[in-house]
Amino acid sequence: MTSKTIEVNMAGSAVVPKIGEAGRSAPDVRSDLYVRFEPRSTGGIEIHLQSRVALYYGDAIRAQAHRVLTDLGVQHCALHIDDYGALPFVIAARIETAVRRAGSAGERRSLPPALPTPEPSAKDRLRRSRLYLPGAEPKYFINAALHAPDAIILDLEDSVHHAEKDAARILVRNALRAVDFGACERMVRINQLPLGLADLDEIVPENPDLILIPKVETAAQVAEVDQRIRAIQQRTKATRPIWIMPILESALGIENAYAIATAADSICALTIGLEDYTADLGVAKTPTGAESLFARTRLINAAKAVGVQAIDSVYGDVTDLDGLRAWGVNSRALGFEGMGCIHPGQIRVIHEAFAPSQGELEKAVRIVAAFDEAQSRGLGVVSLGAKMIDPPVVNRAVKLVERAKQMGIPLPEPPSGQPTTRKASPEGE
Amino acid sequence: MSNAAKTQVELVRNAAGRVVPTYVNGRQQAPYKGVDQHRPAGHKAAPPVRSNIDYPKNGDKRVSDIETALRKCGISDGMTISSHHHLRNGDAVALEALQAAARIGVKDLMWFPSASFPCQAPVIDLMKAGVVHHIEGSMNGPLGDYCSRGNMRGYGVLRSHGGRWQAIQDGEVHIDIAVIAAPTADMFGNANGSHGKSACGSLGFALADSIYADKVIVVTDNLVPFPCVPWQIQGNNVDYVVEVPSIGDPSKIVSGTTQITRSPDRLRIAELIAKFVRDSGIMRDGFSFQAGSGGITLAFVDYLARMMKEASVKASFVRGGSTKYLVDMLNEGLTEYILDGQTFDLDAVRSIASNPRHVATSPFTSYNFHGKGNFASIVDVCVLGATEVDVNFNGNVVTHSDGRLLHGIGGWQNCLYAGCTILAVPSFRDRIPTIVDEVTTLTGPGELIDVVATERGIAINPRRQDLLDAVKGSDLPIRPIEEIKAEVDAICGGKPQKVKLGDEPVAVVKWVDGTIIDTVWKTAF
Repeated sequence: MTSKTIEVNMAGSAVVPKIGEAGRSAPDVRSDLYVRFEPRSTGGIEIHLQSRVALYYGDAIRAQAHRVLTDLGVQHCALHIDDYGALPFVIAARIETAVRRAGSAGERRSLPPALPTPEPSAKDRLRRSRLYLPGAEPKYFINAALHAPDAIILDLEDSVHHAEKDAARILVRNALRAVDFGACERMVRINQLPLGLADLDEIVPENPDLILIPKVETAAQVAEVDQRIRAIQQRTKATRPIWIMPILESALGIENAYAIATAADSICALTIGLEDYTADLGVAKTPTGAESLFARTRLINAAKAVGVQAIDSVYGDVTDLDGLRAWGVNSRALGFEGMGCIHPGQIRVIHEAFAPSQGELEKAVRIVAAFDEAQSRGLGVVSLGAKMIDPPVVNRAVKLVERAKQMGIPLPEPPSGQPTTRKASPEGE
Repeated sequence: MSNAAKTQVELVRNAAGRVVPTYVNGRQQAPYKGVDQHRPAGHKAAPPVRSNIDYPKNGDKRVSDIETALRKCGISDGMTISSHHHLRNGDAVALEALQAAARIGVKDLMWFPSASFPCQAPVIDLMKAGVVHHIEGSMNGPLGDYCSRGNMRGYGVLRSHGGRWQAIQDGEVHIDIAVIAAPTADMFGNANGSHGKSACGSLGFALADSIYADKVIVVTDNLVPFPCVPWQIQGNNVDYVVEVPSIGDPSKIVSGTTQITRSPDRLRIAELIAKFVRDSGIMRDGFSFQAGSGGITLAFVDYLARMMKEASVKASFVRGGSTKYLVDMLNEGLTEYILDGQTFDLDAVRSIASNPRHVATSPFTSYNFHGKGNFASIVDVCVLGATEVDVNFNGNVVTHSDGRLLHGIGGWQNCLYAGCTILAVPSFRDRIPTIVDEVTTLTGPGELIDVVATERGIAINPRRQDLLDAVKGSDLPIRPIEEIKAEVDAICGGKPQKVKLGDEPVAVVKWVDGTIIDTVWKTAF
């Protein structure tokens, strides 16, 4: 479809009005549609609809097509739709894409009705798993949240063919308005700059929780994105936080990790892209990840130095859940707080890998109990048995217990009878 | 019976509020009266008295070909010819028998398969030519469309596996000639499905035909010396044996391996159901379950087997449709027995042929309404699919939402008698919601459907307070069915338009007791 569009467009630049196409028409298409928009100078709007669900939604699709065309300022056209059971937010996006490709929309948009905006996300929220959703494949959007990742990523970058960037941007914008992603943090991975700036113009007004910037090598790149987000939010009078997660995917990016982490206050995490990083090094990506150990620990150190999260890359083999588990356990041990997923089946394994062990939790619970008791007794020093506990250890235990609660892990009971604090017992003194 | 006779039809409203014809294919019909309300009296049908002195003393009943066998059976106009569907879409015998009848020159046959498959689409030509008058049995694909468009001269009659046995036993359907494809048989007519190059496992669907038909022909491509054991079909019921080079295409008779769904959403449904079975306490030592061969139900079996292992729980029996997944459970000691109605893959075929705890059953033992009890109601939990389910838990498996014939009933209706019936359904397919206000074609009454499991949550029938109580406090997403429906309607952009069904009946759906529960109407598309 795409190449055809270009041909027609090139021919159309002479005399014929430009025809715009979007989507794909083939027997294997599901929950999507193909649209061919043919502008005309007279005759009103003519809609030709073929739909797998015509008996049930034919009238609704025609009515929606009229609304979208009206929103886009189209008065005369022939619109052909081959629908394969697409949901309304997809239909709107494909029609808008076709009209825009024909150059007929000007600055107009057709925004589907918006669901209530979810609560803004916290800078240090749980980010164990983030599920990548290819931005041009709307059929994966609707049920993504049911698999309960901590976040979903609507991806405009590597999973989207360069000829479909415009289409994906509109689809993702509509999805942010119309799809219920439940408790998931709603992330968008924009394209590399400068294309990514145009993505922001479309996406930021729809209140994503977080923007992932790919292939970041310098602090200036992050600052540019941050400024663009602020500018858009000033225009729309939005105050909702939009967090930034730079993805470091090259040797240079890793060298600049600390500078990048300090480039904006809205940075909540650093993450790494190992496919590109290993390619940049000219080495193979191995199951143990020895070749990227330096880069990963370097990134973790930079993130922690600035007080933001460090998040690992993805594990590419979706069938190897044992390998994924081993990777995740190691990743957590290094200091990462989460990783990416490219299949819903990876989510649970990752959550298990990033969960504290029962032993760790028991110890943390004892420390917290000791701290609480010390607090209640007005003691300045916390100790467990004969050992004095340093404040950083207490802090870490408090955080761990807090995280475990967020992860829904049942907390072990602090063992009773065991001396948890230095008891200022009358007998002893 | 002419087309005109078919259209001049008296319609009544049955106990489910569905409009149904009172007269079908020349027979008076009882409209559905409600669950367990119909109790026919009288005596069972019986084939004519035969005497062994009329059969070869040496036991050799072989004749040269199917056409000769049909002639010897005295085939004539208007007869009922039956066949079974254990060879599924690989079957070559049923079509050959009907085409042989065409060569003989008979007309107006009623074909009475236990189910039809797309490979039998050429029967359409036989219907156009007048050889076959109509079909009573499941129809889908091209045959379903032919019937849905009103092209068949008689009504389609859709029966469950148990309902087919009931109709034969109470004389509603009399089989003149049964043609039984047999993967292995001897000259006497003893036959089984578990051996031979065309092995299909059980032959249970053909059992009633062999007992009640006037004449019985066994067709095999694996003739073994007498005796053929085990004899799922007893030669003492068989008139003629025909040896042919091939009874069908083995690659389409059983699949190599049955496939678990790979869709994350469907896997989620399967896992939710397995957890429900576990957390509700149904999964306990000695319990039993049945699951079909669909992608979701196979995945359910896989999840449940893992949970059973974790909890060291063992089933007393499981009911097939058997697949590798059930066979693995049997071999790992997770179940004592497989009671098998039909055998879906190569692992299961091998198992039924070699493991005495993998037992072939028939609709008589499993489902028959006129039996003195049946297995289906002993089963603790059964997981089934559906095209549509409504807010009153009524289910549709026979038609698309537009009213076109889609599936046969299979054992679906019979299985609803399990202690807990669970429908595993995606909440919408493409844009079409599965949960509706009212099912297009009522196939199973909501009184018997206990749980509807979707990827967006599990709805428990309010009639089953015991199940609601059993999972109280669990972390399962238990939700009212109306709430799931409202959520899905919103995702799909509102309720679908109501499809206008035709006003001319083309087929009827029987309930397990032989009454008519709903009508399939002629479609314009």
